[in-house]
Amino acid sequence: MKNTADSYGWLSITLHWFVAVAVIGLFFLGYWMVDLSYYDPWYNKAPDIHKSIGIVLFVIMVIRLGWKLSQIQPNPLSNYNKFERVVSHIVHLVLYLLIFVSMISGYLISTADGRGIEVFQLFSVPSIGELFANQEDLAGFVHEYIAYTIAFLVCTHIFAAFKHHLIDKDITLKRMFGRS
Amino acid sequence: MKKILLASLLTSLILAPFASAADYTIDNKGAHASITFKIKHLGYSWLTGRFDNFTGNFSYDSNEIESSKIKVEVDTTSFNSNHAERDKHIRSDDFLNVSKFGTATFDSTSFKSVGDNEIEIKGDLTLHGVTKEITINAEKVGEGKDPWGGYRAGFSGTTRVGLKEFGMKERLGPASTHVELQLDIEGIRK
Repeated sequence: MKNTADSYGWLSITLHWFVAVAVIGLFFLGYWMVDLSYYDPWYNKAPDIHKSIGIVLFVIMVIRLGWKLSQIQPNPLSNYNKFERVVSHIVHLVLYLLIFVSMISGYLISTADGRGIEVFQLFSVPSIGELFANQEDLAGFVHEYIAYTIAFLVCTHIFAAFKHHLIDKDITLKRMFGRS
Repeated sequence: MKKILLASLLTSLILAPFASAADYTIDNKGAHASITFKIKHLGYSWLTGRFDNFTGNFSYDSNEIESSKIKVEVDTTSFNSNHAERDKHIRSDDFLNVSKFGTATFDSTSFKSVGDNEIEIKGDLTLHGVTKEITINAEKVGEGKDPWGGYRAGFSGTTRVGLKEFGMKERLGPASTHVELQLDIEGIRK
């Protein structure tokens, strides 16, 4: 379950892939749902699902961050150059940060009028009210552009993973599947 | 001396009807004014909302209604239908596009008395960057002194605006192509 000096434990791996699927799913779901026509059967359902997944992802991300901080991080592979070590570290850090900003801004859009967020019709996360003027518009602006920034960073991340796997032929990607 | 007094009295009598043509400021400070709208939802109910911020002036003379004028400026970013996600959507470029068209204005071109306290106001409405003549069917609710030393006059008017006419897409279905606007304003005489 735990990380070691040269491998990720299964919990770290599971959390990584859950977040990966959720973040990519949320991006495309969000991109698609904002252009649905008013009479589309998904017009109300899609945003409900988007918000529900977002709340679940927030909980997972808090657990993931806590777990990450409690674990040792596997050492970078010896073939990584200085540039790769620094940039990958920055991209990981910024991804964590932006995913949190994105979830918080999303929450602020939906709760600006005092209404809470229904999570899969199981429970409701209450609103903390309108914290600043034009909250839904400003939070909406941040949410949209942060989402595009995350999409760009995710592409960079995936590109780098495949570069290591196919060109450098190292175990970077395999490590994230628990193999070595 | 008597002659001067008499002359000034006569003058003021002659000028009296003109002197009563007064300028008013819409009382948005005390919020004795509102611009509300309603649009049909799917054809099954009315959805109402309002613009929270607007300013305006009018001049009005009950003896000479034709010379009256009104000008109102509406802050479109203050659109409020009591639902954050909807408000965000309506303010976006799908509808009002408030980042580009932050103000809507109404500038009257004619006032016509059409009955007891009933007035037909024509004027140019600029909304979503489009200027079109509209007619507001208004009613004077009342006028007189207020308890705090001022003088007030109030009106209520309605008009109907088509989304398409003002360059917005009719994306809400066949029952929801028009918006009913209601203006309730109280002016304080300057």
